[in-house]
Amino acid sequence: MRFDRPVMNASGCGGTGRELGDLGVLDAMGAFVTRSITLDPRTGSPAPRIAETPSGLVHAVGLQNPGLEQFLIRELPWLASRRTRTYVSVAGSSLGEYADLGRRLGRAPGITGIEVNVSVPDGPAMGLFDTREPFQAARALAAVRGGLPPGLPVFAKLGPDSLRIVETARAVAEAGADGVVLVNAAPALMPDGSPGGLSGPAIRPLSLRCVHDVHRELPELTIIGAGGILDTDDARAFLAAGASAVQIGTALLHDPTTAARIAADLQGDPA
Amino acid sequence: MSSPREPLHVTGEVLVVKKVGAYRHLTLAAPGIAERYRPGTFVAVSIGDLTPRTHLARRSLWITGVRPTGSHGPTIELVVEPGGVGSTWLADRRQGDRVELTGPLGRPFALPKQPVACLLVGEGYAAGLLFPLAERLRARSCTVTMLLGAQDEPHLLGALDARRAARAVTVVTADGSVGRRGTLADALPAVMDGVDVVYGAGTHVGLHAVAATAEQFGAWSQVAVEVPQPCGTGLCQGCALPVVGEDGVPRLVRACTDGPVIRGDRVRWAELTGTESGPA
Repeated sequence: MRFDRPVMNASGCGGTGRELGDLGVLDAMGAFVTRSITLDPRTGSPAPRIAETPSGLVHAVGLQNPGLEQFLIRELPWLASRRTRTYVSVAGSSLGEYADLGRRLGRAPGITGIEVNVSVPDGPAMGLFDTREPFQAARALAAVRGGLPPGLPVFAKLGPDSLRIVETARAVAEAGADGVVLVNAAPALMPDGSPGGLSGPAIRPLSLRCVHDVHRELPELTIIGAGGILDTDDARAFLAAGASAVQIGTALLHDPTTAARIAADLQGDPA
Repeated sequence: MSSPREPLHVTGEVLVVKKVGAYRHLTLAAPGIAERYRPGTFVAVSIGDLTPRTHLARRSLWITGVRPTGSHGPTIELVVEPGGVGSTWLADRRQGDRVELTGPLGRPFALPKQPVACLLVGEGYAAGLLFPLAERLRARSCTVTMLLGAQDEPHLLGALDARRAARAVTVVTADGSVGRRGTLADALPAVMDGVDVVYGAGTHVGLHAVAATAEQFGAWSQVAVEVPQPCGTGLCQGCALPVVGEDGVPRLVRACTDGPVIRGDRVRWAELTGTESGPA
């Protein structure tokens, strides 16, 4: 799979899209990725939700989102009306929910692809379907895939477990994934002792290793790299390691123009 | 293409750093932000060295003044209270230093259409953001009175400016070093006479008192609520503010985007001030 403008935001780091639109940087990105949408609304975790740590952020937002219904009514139409290439990230509490999400999003207009979040740090503790075993991640992916029209790309977002990353990538690919997003936040601890996920340059080497290993073992599989990319050189390192596109997460929180700037820089690179 | 109210991401230049009591006043050349400013908005600032970038959360600071024209072009003013890593770094900036910032961000104070009686209640450094508000209210022929509070004299901001900005000024400090000894909650009832709208900026405890007193006296309140905002731009959902929506449903909204200015009676103060524990 080829990406014309291989830079997008990472799920959960782009708001609803409108905020980046207001800053005038949404259109310069290759695509927009939503925060993870669940079937039912989720209020999210109480404060504090995000803590700064050297070269990273630890976060425990708790998948706050308005639920599929409100997303379809209030958020997707705005993105669709301005023809933003939109990947909807989804997370489910059961295989049935993953199937529902796939079926209903498969009928919604204006979606470029689906990103199945099978790597929420502490997902089971949050009531999500337990996808820690590769075959379970594959089942979640297959459940979403089953409801979608053929041809709509589906990606699986995997966690930074470098020991099992190839095995998990192979399992979701066999279940119908068109590609993988590598990687989600690493399980970490908030300063107050509650569970969270670590993102940012602190995990960049872990992410690069995952991209490298998956590309070596599964060279046909499309990889979107994510994990601590701060600038164009970082993005190039992921592309060199085998990614076809990159996602910008933490850096976008630090400077909301980052993804647009990297996208513009990469336009000048030889294909 | 872009409407002039949309925020900008710019590199600002520090023009003046002044020590005022416990605070530092920073004046920055920040093209575009001054022109878009409305009272109650803020900027999100990057802190620390930019190569390599190791501090990735941003710091939100109230815009406490703007000058759309001047020898350095449009400027904005910020007040910093050095404390943590970010505020200490900002307080140590010198003339000519460059700072990355995004703004103006957030929902501003709503200004009344009619000339009404307005009480502006400010606490600590947050009082700074009330002065440009007072100016715009006076331009609408509103009556402006002020109540300023702080723990002590070094933390009292704008007591002199307030004499120019407001028809009547009351000052309270916790230690009694300036004005009367006491808290905003103690002083509020005595200054509510005839007030239609109360505008507040300060600590959660202080703003809770503003909201409660306004409600008690049948006045509207709008408060600028400060919670840590990792991005300030609405992207991260890190700045959860517990509110009750227009529909009566409790929810967590983004302080940076759905606030920072919000109607006082919409905030679930008990959860913010810790007087009642929220969900674990």
